[in-house]
Amino acid sequence: MHTHGKRDGGSWIATAMIIASLAACRGQEAPMAMAATGKAPPAGSGAEAPGAPAPGSWPLPGRNAQGWRYSPLAQITADNVRNLKVAWTFSTGTARGFEGQPLVVDSTMYVVSPYPNHVFALDLAKVGGPVKWHYLPATAPASQGEACCDVVNRGASYADGKIVFNRLDDHTVALDAKTGKVVWDTKLDSIEEGATMTMAPLVVDNLVLVGNSGAELGVHGWAAALDLGSGKVVWRAYSTGPDSEVKIGPGFKPYYPQYKGKDLGVSSWPPDQWKLGGGTVWGWMTYDPELDMLYYGTANPGVWNPDMRPGDNLWSAGVFARDPRTGNARWAYQFTPHDSWDYDGVNENIPVDLDIGGQQRKVVVHFDRNGFAYTIDRLTGQVLVARPYQSLNWATGVNPQTGKPDRVPSKETHQGVNTTDICPSSTGARDQEPAAFSPRTGLFYTPSTDLCMDYKGLRASYIAGTPYLGADVRMYAGPGGWNGRGQVIAWDATSGKKVWTITERFPVWSGPVVTGSDVLFYGTMDGWFKAVNARTGQELWKFKVGSGIVGNPMTYLGPDGKQYVAVYSGIGGWAGAIALGLSANDPTAALGATGAMPDLPKYTAPGGMLYVFALP
Amino acid sequence: MMGLVARLALGLWLAAAVAAPRPRALRVCADPNNMPFSNRSGQGFENRIARLIGRDLREPVAYSWWAQRRGFIRNTLSAERCDVVIGIVAGDDQVRTTTPYYSSTYVFVTRRSSRLRLASMNDPRLHRLRIGIHVIGDGYNSLPPGVALAGRGIVRNVVGYSIYGNYARPSPPSALITAVAHGDIDVAIAWGPLAGYYAARSPVPLDVSPVTTTMAGNGIPFYYAIAMGVRPSDTAMQATLQHELDTRGEAIRTILREYHIPIAHDGGGAGAGARTSARAQAIADASHRAPGENRP
Repeated sequence: MHTHGKRDGGSWIATAMIIASLAACRGQEAPMAMAATGKAPPAGSGAEAPGAPAPGSWPLPGRNAQGWRYSPLAQITADNVRNLKVAWTFSTGTARGFEGQPLVVDSTMYVVSPYPNHVFALDLAKVGGPVKWHYLPATAPASQGEACCDVVNRGASYADGKIVFNRLDDHTVALDAKTGKVVWDTKLDSIEEGATMTMAPLVVDNLVLVGNSGAELGVHGWAAALDLGSGKVVWRAYSTGPDSEVKIGPGFKPYYPQYKGKDLGVSSWPPDQWKLGGGTVWGWMTYDPELDMLYYGTANPGVWNPDMRPGDNLWSAGVFARDPRTGNARWAYQFTPHDSWDYDGVNENIPVDLDIGGQQRKVVVHFDRNGFAYTIDRLTGQVLVARPYQSLNWATGVNPQTGKPDRVPSKETHQGVNTTDICPSSTGARDQEPAAFSPRTGLFYTPSTDLCMDYKGLRASYIAGTPYLGADVRMYAGPGGWNGRGQVIAWDATSGKKVWTITERFPVWSGPVVTGSDVLFYGTMDGWFKAVNARTGQELWKFKVGSGIVGNPMTYLGPDGKQYVAVYSGIGGWAGAIALGLSANDPTAALGATGAMPDLPKYTAPGGMLYVFALP
Repeated sequence: MMGLVARLALGLWLAAAVAAPRPRALRVCADPNNMPFSNRSGQGFENRIARLIGRDLREPVAYSWWAQRRGFIRNTLSAERCDVVIGIVAGDDQVRTTTPYYSSTYVFVTRRSSRLRLASMNDPRLHRLRIGIHVIGDGYNSLPPGVALAGRGIVRNVVGYSIYGNYARPSPPSALITAVAHGDIDVAIAWGPLAGYYAARSPVPLDVSPVTTTMAGNGIPFYYAIAMGVRPSDTAMQATLQHELDTRGEAIRTILREYHIPIAHDGGGAGAGARTSARAQAIADASHRAPGENRP
């Protein structure tokens, strides 16, 4: 039987005695931002975050730099959403996993496809959204062989008349948003060494923030800032290695003692192993203009079975807060020290202000692959709340004094040793698909996956002419059963509690959007696009699109003054890879994920279509 | 509208196209940059074996090139871009295999001048020597040397070399052997065929000695049998290749010797002799067995 999620998650509410001294500290460290942006409103006020874009637009991956995926638009309501109809569609000609979301700025929609990374500008001022321009980069075909989990792309950012996106073969490209002409094209890493780029850039003022993918291949993970005008690299910070490469200096003030010391990104590994240390940066970055801090997560530690890399393997599977101008680290926190399950820490860290224990706290909220949802003081890195939001049994909780998980030794993995019933599976309680936050309800809305796994038996493998027996990883439905492999969860991050839960047959691999009329939209892997009441979870409307949804819906105001909702339909990505023709007879394909999804091909087939909905 | 004559002509042409013997070729799935096994210039021993079989079958060899990593079989053999993988570990359940035609083991590679002469994984000197091994990134697995070292608590003096390496350079895994010659490490523990070939070509004299310890630990052996692989449904191709192995064993063994491939003798050599190798079968079986049942 599975044991999971019902234990005391170790949450606690910290006292706020240090607030006053920290506030003084903050004043020193980010004076310009404080002056420029003012205070964030408390949750529940319904007010937008500082620096929010025009109400009808969606210029950044999560609409605002904080990644809220909230739109104040309210024409489509719980009462009228049942009349929602397809307004128009657009086929991209690329039938692979469509993660990410379209952007809308100034009557134009921008679409980035999976490899080969087509970019389309669609004219919203004309009926049917005809193509304004189309850009097809010369993305190297060999990059397809390097990407771990389908050849996905998570979209673009718009700023200063430019569309900025990443190519799978490690180029960051800025296009003139009016013409589609290349403004600059910067190559940042090498597919020959296993690195790819799949994440959506985040633009902060004149900086383009990006990171690499490929921890599975032992690449050296990094984040970088490029000058928006020229594409020149302003800084690059690695996730493992000496402080000079990680950009840890005098301004680094982590909350917990295990992060204090020289060159921990070297000493928490056996000698030189940090060079293949992973910790790639392929999730959604977020930015708080108020504190002028950048937040992003790092992926699993690179290569090696866990027994070969004793130590915490810093700074993998954690979060960095950095000064976006210099890249200098401000604090760090590790969600999964010495990860032995592939629990990347890349999921986004959403800045909000919450009332916790009667105190207004500036926090980031993070739903980790490891099954815990964290509410963390975003100025200091102190964990305020850490509670399971999904079935998990690798730890019994997170220790309030140390910030460390209380691990369950019998769930640690060792090559050739049977370790069964590990929850969550490597795909995580949630993978990259991002959460949304509504300033009206004060709730977070996270997609989720309920799968568990066995590291059991041995399987003959052959790589580059070299044979070995490796762990046979099989994933299967978690405690929620085969008809409940996915959930959408409304989460109260002040207490670490679920407010409501919607259960889906397949993992929910689509990051919701929530609106100013408290309507929440999300998609399912079997191809249903749904609207629910954000306060109750009650289903209001659904529509069956052509191919499963692993992308994130968005909403915008058309030039005709009407509210539209858009979403990609295109099954794929890690969990959806089975629908792309991986052998259903091989439950260990896609790193074990196909075994958990044998029935998906009965519900969906590849596609690559944009759907746009509106009221009649 | 198409005239009757034209339609008849088209029909005849189609019929002829169907009836004509398909231009045949021995379609081989191979890595274009993985010496001593194969490369695009045809210099590897698997290229040589493919040419030998192609000559016997009177068919030209046509390659489908793909880096031999996770997804190799899926993108080549399973996608029907090619029909034969010349070398694959026996027991790989993605393919149907012939009987193994050679077996090898992991080996120690040292500088001859160091006179280390390592043989056992239990040699106490392994706790202090600087050891290089290949590391992979797939599913948190190590190759057998990593498993054996970790099981003995030998970790802090181990240097990892990515098996994928930098694919822009020739034969990326060979960097591990070069590192011994350069003195970056004292000993490499590497798969025999790669080590034998590069050690023989090293300007610095290197010793290659098999790891005599049978098991790396947790049911994972050091010794593997290598066979040819075809699609699971392709019994005809399997039979053709099996006939080649059964009749051309000596020629294949000659090629392997030319490339300094260390052969593990208890696994059987090329050809019919290998067909019933109990040891090879045991290795293949081990891959399907729960490791708890199979500890050394």
